[in-house]
Amino acid sequence: MKSKVNKSVYGYLFISPFFIAYTVMGLVPILYTLYLSFTKWDGFTNPIYVGFANYERLLHDTFFYQTIGNTLIIWIFSIVPQLIIALLLALILNEKFIKGKHFFRAVFYFPHIITPITLGVMFALMFDWQTGSINMLLMKIGVIHDPIHWFNNPWWSRIIAASVICWQYFGFNLIVFIAGMQSIPTEVFEAAEVDGASKSQVAWRITLPLLRPVFLFTLITSVIGGLQLFDAPLMLGDGPGNSGRTMIMYLYETAFKSFDYSYGAAIAYGIFIIIMIFTAITAKATKMTKEA
Amino acid sequence: MGIKQIFVRGIIYLFLIAVAVTCLIPFYSMIITSTHTNTDIAQKLLFLPGDQLAENYKRLMGSVNIWRGFANSVFVAVVATALDLYTAALVGYGFSKFKFRFRNPLFAIVLATMMVPGQLGIIGFYKLMDTFHMLDTYWPMILTGMSNAFGVFMVKQFADESIPSELIESGRIDGYGEFQIFNRIILPLLGPAMATYAIFAFIGKWNDFLTPMIVLFDNNKQTLPVMIASLRSQFTADFGAQYVGIVISVVPILVFFSAMSKRIISGVAAGAVKG
Repeated sequence: MKSKVNKSVYGYLFISPFFIAYTVMGLVPILYTLYLSFTKWDGFTNPIYVGFANYERLLHDTFFYQTIGNTLIIWIFSIVPQLIIALLLALILNEKFIKGKHFFRAVFYFPHIITPITLGVMFALMFDWQTGSINMLLMKIGVIHDPIHWFNNPWWSRIIAASVICWQYFGFNLIVFIAGMQSIPTEVFEAAEVDGASKSQVAWRITLPLLRPVFLFTLITSVIGGLQLFDAPLMLGDGPGNSGRTMIMYLYETAFKSFDYSYGAAIAYGIFIIIMIFTAITAKATKMTKEA
Repeated sequence: MGIKQIFVRGIIYLFLIAVAVTCLIPFYSMIITSTHTNTDIAQKLLFLPGDQLAENYKRLMGSVNIWRGFANSVFVAVVATALDLYTAALVGYGFSKFKFRFRNPLFAIVLATMMVPGQLGIIGFYKLMDTFHMLDTYWPMILTGMSNAFGVFMVKQFADESIPSELIESGRIDGYGEFQIFNRIILPLLGPAMATYAIFAFIGKWNDFLTPMIVLFDNNKQTLPVMIASLRSQFTADFGAQYVGIVISVVPILVFFSAMSKRIISGVAAGAVKG
């Protein structure tokens, strides 16, 4: 047993890189950001302690509340169609008779590996009201007569941002759902077939309930990721009356464009609290449906 | 097969094809548009390639060296991924095969770090990098990869299931040191898990935008996403140049993905179900 005790030192050695790196590159910046949120700091002079002033400002900051609303709207508009499309396609691609499964999966997944910035610029160009291909297409097929000024409308701005996200992530969710479906034991389906269940009965009564853990995973990761929307919406712009501006865009602009680092730090903690609240709500909601 | 069944299958295929077209047509449209003059781009709906690619490309390269950004991105992503993989392997293996006090709570801490949003510490991170004199270098992007909880989790799961402890014992009997055992015996065996995780790590690093944008100042050092973002402001009226920039950022990925899609997709599936 002496050797076991010796080995334990090696255990700490092996796991230490994570803890050292996380402390230096993760934890210290997080705590330092917390400290900065209690100061006034413009990036050049030394930070001056100001107590809760930044947080008081944050509580009365209508811009901040607006960005929370925008982020939630964009997130909901992207997550709902995203999950429905992904689920529908996963159910279809899980059928045996479909040919070219691999091709379809690859094509559906492709947008996910393109840099969000590129997709943001692409959609901004496509929906450009004067030169974008969407307006030209709509005019050509006679749906509209005059070009629509998409980014001049708060709802279109948000819907376009949501579409980019939906378009980028449905393929990822599709792969996750298919993988989840394939891990369901085939005996379950065989038994249902023997009992004479129809395809839709199998989907509703067997596949979907058994996918519950996968849904939980998808929802939680999507809350955390969705509330941090940044790259693609940044390329699409703020929209009229800041209707397209997300929380992280506000953080970035405050800190790194207006050089109000300390207020940016307070915004970062505000966002953190909001993400925690929504993660908790999601976790609770998914648990509740499980018990019901 | 009845008529009804043929009809249903026809609808299903139509749906699949419609979604596939929706996925690909924006890329097709970008490539086509990049080969036309600005006047044509502004006035016409374009379906066929033109002959202005070289001209648009010339104007783009006149002020933004996008290939340089591409090379910078490749360099940063490859180095960061390599370091990330090695540390994830070390740490995951450490958690999987060594018995030590507080192992479970320490592992819980690793997993808990996944729940902390990435941007929370970004301002302190900027200040810290300033203190370390690492601003305008690639170090911040490379070093952050060393604490990726997801990689640790994947390696641990894999090592728990498929690395027999007898192998490690036999290595010890042969007189190998612990790190020799890791480098010579364990690391090659972790191959499949590493390949899967490498895809995630690489895509994550390739797509990182916020970190390079705030820590790099020299335009020649910038990574591809930041250069693409700068196209918007630098070529406000020059759509041809913007489209060429997009095409350059997409086509190499398209080629790479066509060759590797099977591997990438099965990797994502494996990673997602384990996560």
